[in-house]
Amino acid sequence: MRSKWIKAIFFAVSMAMLVSIVAVLPAGAQVTAQRLLDSGKEPQNWLMYSGDYAGRRFSTLEQINISNASKLIPKWAYQTMAGGKFETTLLAVDGILYGTGQDNRAFALDARSGRPIWQYQRALPADIRPCCGRVNRGLAILGDKVFLGTLDAHVIALDAKTGNVVWDVTTVDYRGGYSITLAPLVIKNLVIMGVSGGEYGIRGFIDAYDAATGERQWRFYTVPAPGEPGHDTWEGESWKIGGAPAWITGTYDSATNTTFWTTGNPSPSNRGEGRAGDNLYSNSLLALDPDTGKLKWFYQFSKHDEHDYDATQVPVMVDQGEKHLIMQANRDGFFYVIDRSSGKLVYATPFAKVTWSDSKDASGTPIARKDASPTLDGNRVCPGAAGATNWMSPTYDPQTQLFYVTAREQCDVFSTAPQAYEAGHAYYGSAYFPNDDAAPFTGALRAIDPSTGKIRWEWKHPSPTWSGVLSTAGGLVFTGDAEGNFIALDATSGKALWHFQCGASVYSSPMTFELDGKQYVAVAAGSALFTFALP
Amino acid sequence: MLARNRAERRFGTGGRFVRESSLLAGIVILLCMAGAAKLSAQDKNPFANDAKAAKLGESQFRANCAFCHGLGARGGGRGPDLTRAQKRHGNADADLFRTINEGVPGTAMPPNGATQQGVGMTEEEIWQVITYIRSVQAKAPTQIMGNAAHGKELFYGNAACSTCHMIQGKGGRLGPDLSTTGSARSTEYLVESVRSPSRRLAQGISEAMKEFSQEYETVTVVTADGTKLMGVVLNEDNFTLQMMDTREQLHLLQKDKLRSYEKSRGSLMPPYDQKMLSDKDLQDLIAYLLTVGGQ
Repeated sequence: MRSKWIKAIFFAVSMAMLVSIVAVLPAGAQVTAQRLLDSGKEPQNWLMYSGDYAGRRFSTLEQINISNASKLIPKWAYQTMAGGKFETTLLAVDGILYGTGQDNRAFALDARSGRPIWQYQRALPADIRPCCGRVNRGLAILGDKVFLGTLDAHVIALDAKTGNVVWDVTTVDYRGGYSITLAPLVIKNLVIMGVSGGEYGIRGFIDAYDAATGERQWRFYTVPAPGEPGHDTWEGESWKIGGAPAWITGTYDSATNTTFWTTGNPSPSNRGEGRAGDNLYSNSLLALDPDTGKLKWFYQFSKHDEHDYDATQVPVMVDQGEKHLIMQANRDGFFYVIDRSSGKLVYATPFAKVTWSDSKDASGTPIARKDASPTLDGNRVCPGAAGATNWMSPTYDPQTQLFYVTAREQCDVFSTAPQAYEAGHAYYGSAYFPNDDAAPFTGALRAIDPSTGKIRWEWKHPSPTWSGVLSTAGGLVFTGDAEGNFIALDATSGKALWHFQCGASVYSSPMTFELDGKQYVAVAAGSALFTFALP
Repeated sequence: MLARNRAERRFGTGGRFVRESSLLAGIVILLCMAGAAKLSAQDKNPFANDAKAAKLGESQFRANCAFCHGLGARGGGRGPDLTRAQKRHGNADADLFRTINEGVPGTAMPPNGATQQGVGMTEEEIWQVITYIRSVQAKAPTQIMGNAAHGKELFYGNAACSTCHMIQGKGGRLGPDLSTTGSARSTEYLVESVRSPSRRLAQGISEAMKEFSQEYETVTVVTADGTKLMGVVLNEDNFTLQMMDTREQLHLLQKDKLRSYEKSRGSLMPPYDQKMLSDKDLQDLIAYLLTVGGQ
């Protein structure tokens, strides 16, 4: 009798446990390398910085679409209460959102309510040297860990359930001017990331760490050492402080097992004297073997750059029939299409005002005008130092087959002056200033037709913005502006369908996810994360 | 970031940036600052008159300061001319250090390291910048040329500046308040603003995270009921407009409800040519602005 009861109770408890396991399974399920490869199969989640390995920032979710976007309402906000630029793109994994805030905050939120599950903040040394704000753009995830690059140049694995530090490795001594601001990219069992520091005369690199242990598996220096190919593109010892940081997340083509990374300016950014040559691999697209870090090929955009035209924009993979391409709207004002099998340029055409180049070499790559160099008293050049675009993500929509990018129409007066290199000190070789044109600087969201390079439509911003762009199968593109609006536009026509005033400039790239059958769109602005959905 | 930097990166008496590791440490530092700040070594520039430091400071100045204060520190559209001997926020070494390190609340001057472009400076680099500023600034306060009293008469009288501009609470609202303009702008800028006001429009509201300030643009709209309004843009975005009409009435409008909306970069202020204001009178007017601005 008693044993029968015990059996019954045991059975009931077992069933209850089973039911509860089933109920919590989605939140507990681990993100495997295979899930990352198949991210397109789970559009309810947003598993990496750009949404997929192709870097398209496109979602197949279509609950929010051109017919109902005007009804979007805010669902919740999450405040970091930190000042400065808030650049994160959230990850969405089975009902949990993972993000980063200013000063190396990280957090996990209940995606339904925005309530935090854990919050982390790194104790940063007082003398870190981030060039452009105490920013971070997001996390990567694999298994039970999320990965954070820090402003003191560490890579940290946090337990995804608690935010506890699982491992913490130093990539390089930050006092040399190194920092990390990008969201890492996980490929297989590796956490791949690059460094910032193009304003400090660093020697850039891209690293891969074992996700389980933090042990470094390889390093690719973006400035070749003596004896390595490309070293002869640097004058004298200038390679040692050549810059070429890699501070935006790369993409990955599993079909050829190639990861694509982009690099920034040679140092010092405003002075070419003393570093004669093309300065490889600054301002380049690098095709690397993710298992070994070996360079398969490279393509250099603006050679021997003197205008801070970092090529650190997400290299977006697009297939057109048999053609396997990389598309990049570059900070130097050109839209580049590159064959990603060979690294050969297909074409380059301006998508914003350009004065630094008026000719091309035999490959079609733009060449700098001799008289575009910075001078002691200043030389007006377009685009300005912040570029025709910058790190904010573009998006490629396979439905409209258009490439959408945030364009900035701003020219600057570039000046140069001799400057001695001192480790860890700012090393620009002078600087740039806004020119005093009569017309104010503006911005625009531009829809580029990659088959022609022509601009199909544009949405004008009153002033230049730092917001990225998201496209969805609902026929929409989402972007933000410097005036604080988060905007939904018709992806075909460019007509604004909805907007919400966030109260501060948008300095981030939006994402989307689905939970309980409801699609959300999320963006960071000011000190807050905002989510929107249909009522 | 602004508030955070001020809270976390206090300049301690040891001459180094210290990070508050605990409330107690913070209190100790504050007490030290209160007790010893006036006498401590960091009030004096360790590189005073050091030509090499001034050269290094020039590099730092170009990278961090010239964006607003112009090449050679002669003032830009946004920042004052620093070659003047007078400084509105104090001219002692410690004053300059504080202004650079902590910024000036309520102005466009941000705390060190808090600009969205450029990098922050170390303590040593700030002193180098101060050494550079000392090397280019006038040795003594320049005698203000012109008759300030007559300038004031013109401002409120014949030149009719006060129709649209306010100084110390008295005057109109349509144009920028000119109470501190004399110390915030170079003389060349002031002359240009009077003679060719449309050449560079004055800057209005600066929002915390926005790179560019709103300017005093001229706007003409026709509302849904056919009312025509002309005035200056106080602020705007793609969807809304906040304007003041020439009768100083505020209008807060939604752009999609307007019949027409037209903006111009011609200033509402007329250009004051020689006939309207002689060079002599202009000098007196600027003398008044400089005198008031220095107060």
